[in-house]
Amino acid sequence: MTEALNESNEQEGLEEDTQHGRFLTFAIGHEFFGVSIEYVKEIIGIQPIIEVPEVPNYVKGIINLRGSIIPVIDVRLKFKKDFLDYNDRTCIIVIEIKNILVGLIVDNVSDVLKISDDNIVPPPDIKTGFHNKYIKGIGMVNKEVKLLLDCEKILDEDELEQMENGKWKTENK
Amino acid sequence: MDENKFSITNDPMLEMFVFETLNLTQQLEEILIKVEKNSSVSPDEINEIFRIMHTIKGSAAMMMFSNISKLAHGVEDVFYYIRENKEVSIDLSDLSDKVLEAVDFIKEEIAKIKEGIKADGEEEKLVEVMKLYLADISGNPSIEIKRESTNKQTYYISQYEIKSEENIHKYSAKVFFESDCQMENIRAYTIVHNLETICKEMFYVPNNLIEDNESEQYIVENGFTLNFSTLNDYKQVKEIIEQEVFIKTLELKEVDEYDEQLNLIATKTEELKNTSKICMSEVVKEEIETSSTKQNIISVNVARLDKLMDMVGEIVITESMVIKNKDLEGLTLHNFNKAAIQLRKLTDELQDIVMTIRMVPISMVFSKMNRIVRDMSKKLRKNVELEIIGEETEVDKNIIDNLSDPIMHLIRNCMDHGIEEQTERIRKGKQQKGKVTLSAQSNSGEVLIKVIDNGKGLDKQRIISKAKENGLLTKDEIELTEREIFGLIFLPGFSTKDEVTEFSGRGVGMDVVKKSIEKVGGVVFVESTIDVGTTINIKIPLTLAIVDGMEISVGNSVYTIPITSIKESFKMNEKDLILDTDDNEMVMVRGKCYPIIRLHKLFEINTQKINIEDGIIVMVEADNKIVCLYADALLGEQQVVVKPLPPYLSRYITKGSGIGGCTILGDGNISLILDITGIINRVM
Repeated sequence: MTEALNESNEQEGLEEDTQHGRFLTFAIGHEFFGVSIEYVKEIIGIQPIIEVPEVPNYVKGIINLRGSIIPVIDVRLKFKKDFLDYNDRTCIIVIEIKNILVGLIVDNVSDVLKISDDNIVPPPDIKTGFHNKYIKGIGMVNKEVKLLLDCEKILDEDELEQMENGKWKTENK
Repeated sequence: MDENKFSITNDPMLEMFVFETLNLTQQLEEILIKVEKNSSVSPDEINEIFRIMHTIKGSAAMMMFSNISKLAHGVEDVFYYIRENKEVSIDLSDLSDKVLEAVDFIKEEIAKIKEGIKADGEEEKLVEVMKLYLADISGNPSIEIKRESTNKQTYYISQYEIKSEENIHKYSAKVFFESDCQMENIRAYTIVHNLETICKEMFYVPNNLIEDNESEQYIVENGFTLNFSTLNDYKQVKEIIEQEVFIKTLELKEVDEYDEQLNLIATKTEELKNTSKICMSEVVKEEIETSSTKQNIISVNVARLDKLMDMVGEIVITESMVIKNKDLEGLTLHNFNKAAIQLRKLTDELQDIVMTIRMVPISMVFSKMNRIVRDMSKKLRKNVELEIIGEETEVDKNIIDNLSDPIMHLIRNCMDHGIEEQTERIRKGKQQKGKVTLSAQSNSGEVLIKVIDNGKGLDKQRIISKAKENGLLTKDEIELTEREIFGLIFLPGFSTKDEVTEFSGRGVGMDVVKKSIEKVGGVVFVESTIDVGTTINIKIPLTLAIVDGMEISVGNSVYTIPITSIKESFKMNEKDLILDTDDNEMVMVRGKCYPIIRLHKLFEINTQKINIEDGIIVMVEADNKIVCLYADALLGEQQVVVKPLPPYLSRYITKGSGIGGCTILGDGNISLILDITGIINRVM
């Protein structure tokens, strides 16, 4: 009975938005992450990046994507992991949120997976986790765990981080 | 009729109306101020004012802004009377006051319409003022202007007696419009629309008013014939039809039966209702196009020009991408090079043309000031004359839009603080009449605007003590140069005027002036002599979108310095390097000492060229401060299209961090444009 209900729900969802429940997955180190496909504009290989001063270290710079200038963020550094040299597997996922285009540099891109809502559980409610605040949910596909990212949170600065930035700036002056 | 339910978006007709009416009010203001200044009025000017008011009345009525139209009608009546009774004696300044008040009302309403708000201002009071004024100058309290006879509006009224017992009246009307009013079919439609609410049935010829383009021509030649039945009596019907203003003749008859022929070819209104609304906008567009070609001038949305500008910028970039393509290196390509030069010439020309399209004369801003000086002269009881020099100087449209407010503010300040009271001027042995001069001149890629008054000048001591009071002084007062002292008045929260007046003195003015001028890439500074006057200088760039830039490299990055801010560049010997106690580097050039800013240190860029002799020194100036920037190498000069930084980055790179924007270079690389003012303010 519940299954049937779920199915009908899913179909409704499909009608509303075919992109719902689809996630582009990518790897950073040993962990797999997913971003909802509705945000993804395109995936490009690593490009020459122009460094920009005055920004936190995870903002690697800007790239020229067919005439539009897009800032790129190294997701590794954003999640406070070690920097890894870029290679031919490194990709830039260009996402668009609220009309803002941003590139996310990731180790490599795997594929697009469908994860139904009942296979997604909310992340544990701990604030000490190093990147929990960016995780919207945890998805299970074929017994593998995918950390589903909250794209808006990645772009939105919370107050704490802004304060850190302020400190960072004055320290470097 | 009061349903002003239009919004400016996607309504070309309304947009046109707003644009036209604003132009007309501007013209009217200019005439009125001229009239008042010369204290005489020529018949031509009266006619002109009459004509403008007539046009405003007409178009406002057509757009169904009845308050504007009624007021314009009132003003029109006054000028009609003046025109017809030349011997009448009038106090010109009083008249200007009243008419300007009306103009202000219209402008306010137009502003509301522009914002998409209902234009609901109360016109009655002003209309009453106009009526009283008319009664006053004519000496006849119950005067009513009957313009029918002179305006060649003849109404043939057949005297059918209206039988009260018969409720439904049948009418037959024939309307001819004034010969040059244009859009006859739409005007006819307005009549239909106005009558629709009261009519039981309606037939008219031509019946396809909106869809059929020939209907316009038909109405011009044969008039607009209308048969309808209604409960309303003759007078009411006539009034409704006459709401449309451009009617030349109206033949309205009450009939027993309609003309049979007409019945056959006419369609019922109901049918028309369904289709006409959709086609309305199309027809209107066409109308505007035809009327514009006649004028040889078209008004273009600025956003489109911006887009064109961007496109041309992209073409310039792409062109150098093609010509300087790496694949071509080492090849001898005579024909290619010839063609390339040709292309370069054409793109340069194209760029110039696009630039000139965006240029508008600064008189747009300057002429507005006449009104302000006039109004304030009256209110403050100061006799002040405004002189305008170089109003034909052309400036980029985007910049002009940002200039109006600061200049207005400066003029107000001149009038309020600068120019003394008349008695004081006489005591000082100055000319009784104060003078404010507004001048503009272009000067190699820059426009210099000056606001000069011959008032009391700025008191340095007072400025310093005021700054101290407000805790705005950061340096010892003895160290301050004259320019720095005068610069203090641009700080937020600074006001020397002790009492607050209607016009100025709240201390929020000058810093806003400075900010808006800086927003368009300009600088402002003051010169002043006690009892002689004050000059406020504003330097603004001609355009913002394209700058001549010098490309420099620092590490792997390329930066662009606007050429206008570069004074010189040179190689430096290590022995010329001067270090102060804090290890700050300086260099002596021609007897003056300048600080050296290493860009790689400022922006934390990795570079091999640490030794001062390896790199290059670029001396730059902004805000009258000079610093020397140390970069790895000069790469060459290039025109670049300024692009803003991506929005995501602007939260980190704030204004004043030294980065002004970015641009895409010929090879597809991105270069960051340095904001010299920002860099200098960071270190000094």
